Amino acid sequence: MAEHVTESIIEHRDVWIFIEQESGLINPVGFELLGEGRRLADDLGDKLVAVILGRDVDELAGDVFARGADKVIIVDDPVLKDYRTYPYRAGLVKLVEKYHPRILLMGATTLGRDLASAVATEVRTGLTADCTELGIDPETKLLTQTRPAFGGNVMATILCRLSRPQMSTVRPRVFKLPPADCDRAGELINETLAISEDEVPTKVLEFRAHTDHSDVEIETADVIVAGGRGLGGAEGFGLLRELADALGGEVAASRPPVEMGWVAVDRQIGQTGKTVRPKLYVAVGISGAVQHAVGMQGSDVIVAINKDPEAPIFKLATYGIVGNLFEVVPALIEALAGVERTSSDVSCEVVEEDG
Amino acid sequence: MNIVVCVKQVPDTTQVRIHAETNTLIREGIPSIVNPYDIHAVEAAVAVKESAGGRVTAITMGPPQAREALKEAISLGADDAVLISDRAFAGSDTLATGYILSEAIRKLHSESPVDLIICGKQSIDGDTAQVGPGIAQRLGFTQLTYVIKITEIDAPGRRIVVERQLERGHQVVEGRLPALLTVVKEMNEARYAPLPNLIKAAKYEPRLFDLAGLGLDRSQIGLKGSPTTVRRIFAPTPRAGGAIIADQSQTPAEAARLLVEKLQADRLL
Repeated sequence: MAEHVTESIIEHRDVWIFIEQESGLINPVGFELLGEGRRLADDLGDKLVAVILGRDVDELAGDVFARGADKVIIVDDPVLKDYRTYPYRAGLVKLVEKYHPRILLMGATTLGRDLASAVATEVRTGLTADCTELGIDPETKLLTQTRPAFGGNVMATILCRLSRPQMSTVRPRVFKLPPADCDRAGELINETLAISEDEVPTKVLEFRAHTDHSDVEIETADVIVAGGRGLGGAEGFGLLRELADALGGEVAASRPPVEMGWVAVDRQIGQTGKTVRPKLYVAVGISGAVQHAVGMQGSDVIVAINKDPEAPIFKLATYGIVGNLFEVVPALIEALAGVERTSSDVSCEVVEEDG
Repeated sequence: MNIVVCVKQVPDTTQVRIHAETNTLIREGIPSIVNPYDIHAVEAAVAVKESAGGRVTAITMGPPQAREALKEAISLGADDAVLISDRAFAGSDTLATGYILSEAIRKLHSESPVDLIICGKQSIDGDTAQVGPGIAQRLGFTQLTYVIKITEIDAPGRRIVVERQLERGHQVVEGRLPALLTVVKEMNEARYAPLPNLIKAAKYEPRLFDLAGLGLDRSQIGLKGSPTTVRRIFAPTPRAGGAIIADQSQTPAEAARLLVEKLQADRLL
C-alpha cells in the first residue's frame, strides 16, 4: 500500500534525447533532436538531458553540451560496443526507471525504431513513430505529436495522456541542426549497466557497408535523382549517375526505363515500385503521371526538369525548370562542382561543470 | 520449426482520404488488402518450413472480415490460421495490440512451443514498426528487425543467423531461438498461390481466439488499455508545387545557378 502511494506521486520531469552513436560517431539526428528538445524543455521549464549508451563514448559529451543539453548521462560498457536490442533496452529502461523523464525522443532510424519499441513495451508507455511536428499543449502541458499515417494521405496528432515518458521517434532532418556553442557546459553523470555478455541473446558477426551504389536501398536515401522516358536510354542514366554523385544521392526511375531495361527493377518508384520520402527528389525527364507521383509525392523538396511545360510533374515540383535535360543536367553538374558543402561536424572538448 | 507469422488486413492506403468538412477518414469503398510486407513474411515462413520442416500458423487480429487475410496466408502456404477477434479489442494502439498478439502466441506456444515468429517490417496504414518488437519483448524472444535474409537456422543448436538491412549496409547477426523477425520487402519474391492451396483456402475456417478465450486483462486492451490517443486527424497541407524557376528564356547555366541557390537556401547542399 505504502509503495503504491509512493508510485503515484512520482514526478516526471525533463526532456530526454537518446543520442544515437555508432563507433563513437553521433548520428546528426541526435543533435537535431537536441535543438527541438531545447524548445520543448524551455516551454516546460524542464532540463534537457542527453543520454549516450556505448563503449568509449566519454568524449562525446562535449559535442552534446554544445548543441544544448543541460545534463548528459553516459553509460559506458563493453557490452554496448555494437548496438544490440537487449543490452541497450536494458540500459535505457534502467535509466528511465531511475530518473522518470517526462519526454523521451529518439531518431526514427532503424536503430532508434528498434530500440524505442522495445523500451516503450518494457515500461508500458505510449510511443508515436515518425513525428514531423512536436509541441507542448499550453493547458495540459502534454506533448503533441503529429505524424503522417495512411501512406501520408492523413496527418494525426497523438497524445500520451497518462503514461510516462511520452515517447516519440523523429526522422532524420525533420528538425534543423542547432548551432554548436563550444563554451556551453553542463552536468555529466556516469551510470553503469550490470549485464554480462552471456545474457545477451545476439552477436554481431559482420557488418558489410554498402560499397557500390547498386547496394544502397533507395528507400533510405536522402537524395534521389530519378529519370524517366525522356532520358532516352541507358546512356542517359549515366548522366543521371553523375548528377546523383554531385548531389550525394542515388539514382532511381519511373516505370518506362525499368520496362525498357535501362535500369534495374529495384530502382523503380511509383505504384508498382517503391515509395520514397527523401529530402530531395530530382525528377528528370519524368512527366509525373499519378502512378509515379504516389511513390514520391511525400518528398520534402521536389525538383522537376522537363522540356514540356505542361507536364504534370510541374504541379508537384517545388522548383521547376523547363528545358532540355541534356543541356540543363550537365550545367547543373558543373554548377554543383563549385559549391562548398555544409557540414555538421563541430567537435568540442568535454567541459564539465564544477559541483 | 514451429513458426507463427503475423499478418494484418489494411486499407489500400493509396486511396484513403480525409473528408474536407468533417475531418474524418473516408474508408467506404476502399478495398482491404493484406499488408504487403506481411506477404513477404508469409513467404519467408513457408521457405523456412520447406528447408527445415515444421508448421506455419498465420495469425491476425481484426474484425471478422480479417479472416480473408488468413485465407490468403493459407493460399500462400500457411498450414493453420487463427483469427484474434473481439469487439473489446477495437481501438487498441500498438502497445495494447502487442499485448493481445503476444497472449495469443503464448496460447499457441503452450500447445506446441514456438521457435520463430515472423512479421512484416511495418504495416502500410500505421507505418509504426512497433508491434513486432512489442511481441518480442513481451514473450522474451530474441528481437531481430529489418531482416533481409535468413542465412542459417540451426534448430538443434537453438540459433539463427540473419542479415539485417540497415541504412549504411547489411549487418550479419547471430541470435538465439526462439526469435522474432521483422522482414523487409527485398527478402524474397512472393510466389503465386498453387491451385491446391487456393482450394484449401476457399474452404478454410480459422480458429477463433477472443477476449475470454485468451483470458486477457481488460485494463490492457482497447481504447482504455492504450496509452496513446488520437487528438485529431487532418488532411496534409497540399504540396506547394508549381513554381517554375527557369524556362527556355534562361540559358541552362542560369537555370542551374538559380536551382543551386534555392537548394543552398533549403540546406540541401
